[in-house]
Amino acid sequence: MSYVIKGETGDWEVVIGLEVHCQVISNAKLFSGAATDFGSEPNTQVSLVDAAMPGMLPVINEQCVRQAIKTGLGLKAKINTKSVFARKNYFYADLPQGYQISQADQPIVGEGTVILDMPDGSSRAVGIERLHLEQDAGKSLHDQDPTRTFIDLNRTGVALMEIVSKPDMRSPEEAGAYLRKLRSIVRYLETCDGNMDQGSMRCDVNVSVRPKGSTELRTRAETKNVNSVRFAMQAIEYEAQRQVEIYDNGGEVVQETRLFDSQKGVTRSMRSKEHAHDYRYFPDPDLLPLVFDDALVAEIKTTLPELPDERKARYVGEFGLSPYDAGVLVQEKDTATYFEAVALGRDAKMAANWVINNLFAVLSDRGVGITESPISAADLGKLLDLIADDTISTKIAKEVFEVMLETGDAPDKIVEDKGLKQITDTGAIEAAVDAAIAAGPTQVAQYKGGNEKILGWFVGQVMKSTGGKANPGQVNKLLKDKLDN
Amino acid sequence: MADLTQFTLAEARDALAKKDFSAAELAETYIKAVQAGRDLNAYITETPEVALERARESDDRRAKGAPIGAMDGLPIAMKDLFCTEGVLTTAASHILDGFVPPYESTVSANLRSAGAVMLGKTNLDEFAMGSANITSYYGPVKNPWKAKGGANVGKDLVPGGSSGGSAAAVAAGLAMAATGTDTGGSIRQPASFCGITGLKPTYGRCSRWGVVAFASSLDQAGPMTKTVRDAAIMLGAMAGHDPKDSTSAAMAVPDFEAALTGDIRGLNVGIPKEYSMDGMDPEIQALWDKGQEWLKAAGANIKQISLPHTKYALATYYIVAPAEASANLARYDGVRYGLRVPGESLDDMYMNTRGEGFGEEVQRRILIGTYVLSSGYYDAYYIKAQRVRSLIANDFKTAFKDVDVILTPTAPTAAFPLGEKQEDPVAMYLNDVFTVPTSLAGLPGMSVPAGLSKDGLPLGLQLIGRAFDEETLLRVAGVMESAAAFSFHHGLEV
Repeated sequence: MSYVIKGETGDWEVVIGLEVHCQVISNAKLFSGAATDFGSEPNTQVSLVDAAMPGMLPVINEQCVRQAIKTGLGLKAKINTKSVFARKNYFYADLPQGYQISQADQPIVGEGTVILDMPDGSSRAVGIERLHLEQDAGKSLHDQDPTRTFIDLNRTGVALMEIVSKPDMRSPEEAGAYLRKLRSIVRYLETCDGNMDQGSMRCDVNVSVRPKGSTELRTRAETKNVNSVRFAMQAIEYEAQRQVEIYDNGGEVVQETRLFDSQKGVTRSMRSKEHAHDYRYFPDPDLLPLVFDDALVAEIKTTLPELPDERKARYVGEFGLSPYDAGVLVQEKDTATYFEAVALGRDAKMAANWVINNLFAVLSDRGVGITESPISAADLGKLLDLIADDTISTKIAKEVFEVMLETGDAPDKIVEDKGLKQITDTGAIEAAVDAAIAAGPTQVAQYKGGNEKILGWFVGQVMKSTGGKANPGQVNKLLKDKLDN
Repeated sequence: MADLTQFTLAEARDALAKKDFSAAELAETYIKAVQAGRDLNAYITETPEVALERARESDDRRAKGAPIGAMDGLPIAMKDLFCTEGVLTTAASHILDGFVPPYESTVSANLRSAGAVMLGKTNLDEFAMGSANITSYYGPVKNPWKAKGGANVGKDLVPGGSSGGSAAAVAAGLAMAATGTDTGGSIRQPASFCGITGLKPTYGRCSRWGVVAFASSLDQAGPMTKTVRDAAIMLGAMAGHDPKDSTSAAMAVPDFEAALTGDIRGLNVGIPKEYSMDGMDPEIQALWDKGQEWLKAAGANIKQISLPHTKYALATYYIVAPAEASANLARYDGVRYGLRVPGESLDDMYMNTRGEGFGEEVQRRILIGTYVLSSGYYDAYYIKAQRVRSLIANDFKTAFKDVDVILTPTAPTAAFPLGEKQEDPVAMYLNDVFTVPTSLAGLPGMSVPAGLSKDGLPLGLQLIGRAFDEETLLRVAGVMESAAAFSFHHGLEV
């Protein structure tokens, strides 16, 4: 799949790199003991360290370090057993220290890989440049007072993992797939909740364009703080188009920081290179280099859950699912858990079909996630059992499924109450088959003349007379037996 | 009764134990002395109520037979760089106007739990940046010593800096001892100027938590006392591992006083040739020679050593320290505490607040620090300075393979008159030429009063020890102190 922007001077390709900030799941902040709950009253989760009171010192929170290592392992990345925290200096009212403690040239995690699952079932690798730990800033509230800005320091000092990709993506779809995959990985790992709408996962989008076929890297523009997958894709589309137009008009793209206006779907300049901050990074003298041994990495490795890629491979290998279906099922950990509960001890392919083709449509209609599914995995499993043991046909099962959605009743109860149990009594079916044959001498002649498709007419007759409850397999077999003799 | 302000910590501790007087009596005496000595401007904030309350608590403990701390009932001054709960803390800066911390620094809390009685917060150079205590927003401190001869007779002299208020207070009997902090010499140089003992411990020995930061990789708190024994007692009460300071050393605190055996036979004392600088005051050289003789007479071996990168130390220091300071002082932005001078925009408010709130020297160092860290200059200045810093540390490491302690002068001159060197920052920076290398290497250094200049002003000698070997340092210092037979109140105009 190739994403090409048609310019006046030729075809252009877009080069995308993403910097994703993931808020670390941890009870306390990166360098202070303050709590990190989302949505608390302003300035209620602020320690003396967070407020940068004189003489306060940062102390690293081990839990955040473990989470970063875990995430690094999930990204198949190199873990750096020695890393260094640096101060990134700039003034802003919601940055009490006047610097952010981050990591510059020695991050805790080095190069890794994320595999994208594309809609056509293909896969594609995107390189990870690095992951580093850093402090979040507070929030400036500009809408509380006509003349003043209020500051909420609850978020100040919360641990973030900044995950920087290589400029390996070539279309908005790939960028979207990357974000979804990254979110899936951190959710599996339980190192970040991945909730972009709450800001616990945010994305800076770096975009440049180049003539199709070229390998150069041209000047990029960075669009900051995009807070949904869709917006990231929109921002890329807009940026790519904007930059192509600049080049087409003989201009040059300037290196700058831009903001995405989600109302209008456009990006606009925030500050140019001339006004870019000189962050004056230097190692934070309040903190010793962060050093741990390989044993810690090994120990954390043992706590890794099965990750989406491995789970997908298992679904394909063990269950015989298509790569696409497997990819869809593993994307969300909760979906995979649901699916496995349905598939356990049953026909996994059938379970996948029911989840993907039937259940997903309902969830999407209702706008709910799998955890709020109106049908439990246990009930869906029972429904599949009823098909498997010939209690009902697939067709009847779909009716039962609808009733389950309406009433929330268990499938066996519905089958019982509505008398939908399949007729498997050979005598009863045989009688219906005989009746159908007797009623269609013309069709019998056609069949004998070699028209096997006419068998469907007989099946239809039998189903009609049995209210759809006759076991289709038995009906077919009996019909063939009788007509062929 | 004897003049209680003449007592050392050790003497007063023993007298309190014998109930010769009460802690409350001691505190009252000192409160009066502090008030009578206001002309020196040694204190920014006096805390007589706090002192009396803690003294009474101490007396209560003694009366009840409750456990007694190492400094129980002993009245001390706190450099106003230590945050003290409920007591104004200024760092001698306008920008911290009205700042009353809701927390207590670890060192001052340790002292308090050892029973020490706080008399008040002493003056200092603004944010501890200075060597003469002339950059304080609260005005300069006067050295209690006066020249008995020479060109400076009758002039007010500086106490040294940055811990000038602490040094002056101890020398003048306005506190029995005081806390100091030392980044490049801020304990040792004023100790030398005021004729008292000043110990900068090994970096990491005392917690930096709750001490207003100047240069984080160099700042270290230490005792300023009348005697070496007092330094041992007080360091023991200040030091200790603090999990709230990631650079605090996880090491046990030895019994420093027990190290004062007086026996230095066989110890090797290094004399670094690089500290004999061209144009050095012959008086200083003579005192240094005398120091070597004293130690030799006590049975130590004198060895000539080389610390080849010494000449780069001052330049290195004036890159590293301002760089760290430029970031450490970014938090004083008018947003959350201290001074705020409003402006049209956020940037205006920053400029107004920091322009008015910081004095000239602090602004100079913020500018230097910002410059050396800025894009395009970082490698040439900051990175190079870090490399030289390692070389300097290695110099000491190599030297300490052959010697147990190093002897040098503390400062190149005696105290100079207020107003001198004020126009030339580099001349001022040269005050720390002998103390800065130790700071860069993170090693313990101690100034011991060793004699008087021909004008009758005190001069100190510096001892430098191995990392976390304050015990040897104190042991040698004790011997030198006895040999020098210096009386700390010697030249005071009473």
